[in-house]
Amino acid sequence: MTERAEQGGPETASPSRSGARQASPGRVRLKRAGLLLLRTFGSLAVTFLGLLIITFLIGRVLPIDPVLAAVGDRAPADVYDRVYHEMGLHLPLYQQFFDYVVKIFQGDFGTSVLTSRPVLDDIVRVFPATLELATIATILGVLLGVPMGVLAAVHRGRWPDHCVRVLGLFGYSLPVFWLGLVGLLLFYMKLDWVGGPGRLDAAMEDFFEPVTGLILVDALLQGDMEVFWNAVSHITLPAALLAYFSLAYIARMTRSFMLEQLAQEYVLTARVKGVSEARVIWRHALGNVMVPLITVIALSYAHLLEGSVLTETVFAWPGLGSYITSSLLNADMNAVLGGTIIVGGVFIGINLLSDLLYRLFDPRARR
Amino acid sequence: MNKPMTGTATAPQGLRGWLRTDTPQSRFQARMGRLWFGWLTFRRNRLAMLGLSIVLLLCAVALFAPLLAPYNPVQGVLNDRLQAGSAAHWFGTDNMGRDILSRLIYGARYTLMVVVLVAITAAPIGLLVGTVAGYFGGWVDTALMRVTDIFLAFPKLILALAFVAALGPGLENAVLAIALTSWPPYARLARAETLTVRKADYIAAARLQGLSHARLIVGHIMPMCTSSLIVRVTLDMAGIILTAAGLGFLGLGAQPPLPEWGAMISEGRQFLLNQWWVATVPGLAIFVVSLGFNLLGDGLRDVLDPRAGGNG
Repeated sequence: MTERAEQGGPETASPSRSGARQASPGRVRLKRAGLLLLRTFGSLAVTFLGLLIITFLIGRVLPIDPVLAAVGDRAPADVYDRVYHEMGLHLPLYQQFFDYVVKIFQGDFGTSVLTSRPVLDDIVRVFPATLELATIATILGVLLGVPMGVLAAVHRGRWPDHCVRVLGLFGYSLPVFWLGLVGLLLFYMKLDWVGGPGRLDAAMEDFFEPVTGLILVDALLQGDMEVFWNAVSHITLPAALLAYFSLAYIARMTRSFMLEQLAQEYVLTARVKGVSEARVIWRHALGNVMVPLITVIALSYAHLLEGSVLTETVFAWPGLGSYITSSLLNADMNAVLGGTIIVGGVFIGINLLSDLLYRLFDPRARR
Repeated sequence: MNKPMTGTATAPQGLRGWLRTDTPQSRFQARMGRLWFGWLTFRRNRLAMLGLSIVLLLCAVALFAPLLAPYNPVQGVLNDRLQAGSAAHWFGTDNMGRDILSRLIYGARYTLMVVVLVAITAAPIGLLVGTVAGYFGGWVDTALMRVTDIFLAFPKLILALAFVAALGPGLENAVLAIALTSWPPYARLARAETLTVRKADYIAAARLQGLSHARLIVGHIMPMCTSSLIVRVTLDMAGIILTAAGLGFLGLGAQPPLPEWGAMISEGRQFLLNQWWVATVPGLAIFVVSLGFNLLGDGLRDVLDPRAGGNG
């Protein structure tokens, strides 16, 4: 999708205006866009390879004895030898790495010791829960954080600015897992306003048949409003918590971008022309801020997919984060490294996407 | 040009006059004088002073923990378990009958230890990688920055988790894992600073005098990077504390009998409903200390690195 979008501009523009004269600069631009795309994907590939090197080192080289970790210390010598050869540990390191990369690309992340199922299947099963949480949190964070940042920049040095500053400072200083516990104590145990840990009440979980894994979507599709509202009450607290951290970051960045734009001369020009203040702020200045803001939002989204490790643990949210932690506590290395690769891959992918979106939306970056 | 300046500036004699002179006699005096003026700017910022006091308080508490703590932090009296705050136990006791205040006081040691260890391992690694990459340029730069980008492209906590999983849980391994994941931003920063001074005349002069690459980097480039690096490290310390506490909370950092704050929250979780103080009080300690480092870092940035948008 991004590929078409990248190349679409010059391609459609030049032939329609017609003429061989126009075609050649168009082709140069097309070539440049292609080169750019190639370079972006090249660096993406190198980064992903680096990720695999790290997980490979962690999985195969750092532990004192990976065989012992797999068979346990009471295994007889012949079992040990068999597993040693099965794991390919007699091969040279570079060959082991090559086999590892091939397996990863075939989608073979090994088998989880804990669930005795392929790690990839497990991850596919738990990922929607994380995705649901992070997406709602990001939407909330953007809807609240951007206006707050704008207001802080416009009323610089007065109370909206101080509010945003304090919110940001708290966001950078509060332990997320602690805030989650306090939230549970207050809003679930004492006030009973929201649902407790988990995605649904235990009684409902047994009867509910997931389709996409996104419970809110599934419930709506099946028209089951009881399940839907139950899921909403469960997701409110963790989503609000994550949204707070993403809001603090987005508001802070929006504020500093806006300050930069409001000091520009075009803002002065617009004001002199008699454009209303609201239009200057929300249309002219914010319009220019939106482009760098895309990167910030993407980064915060990617961080939510990561930062939710602690949140998911606190709220017993059966997502990728709790999967990685519970595997970790059970010394299930395949699952941990598989999860790491997926999270790292998602992280890299979101970065790439934000890079491409940036190029797409900012006419200056296209040149 | 000297006369009118000294007329106003040297009114107070002694140490202050020595610091404020505009004709320093030695390099040391000039440096101290600069520090003094930096301190004067810093002192005006009340929030930064609050941050500094919090950090100093943390250091003092960690240093004098055995004198300050009223009870043994590891051994409790089981008869007194899960008591609410009282005159004898200000913050109550936990499920083993241990005094929470005493555990908090000893926990300050682990928090400070993590912060200091990560700072003295990650910052030099980043500094070295960044200056070498920026100084030599070319393929050295490309290779080193590629490695940096790979580490940077990683979610930090997940990478730390994976390291701890391989190395085994424990405070030392948690420190190692955090250090391994937190050097890349410092490398980026040091490289950027190096690039701005690399072509400077004083570097060329030093090179013409026959200075080796190593001495040039260590003696003439690294000092130019330190002030922005100090600011960045201070601002990162809150994040380091939160990550360490998070690892402790997940049971991968300091192990149970140790009074580490994150682990204390985790232990208090099961008593959240009826004995809320067991889990919440250590969280407040983490919050206050992180806030202190953040305020201090903001203040330091205003003094040392005014370019970086002081009002943020």
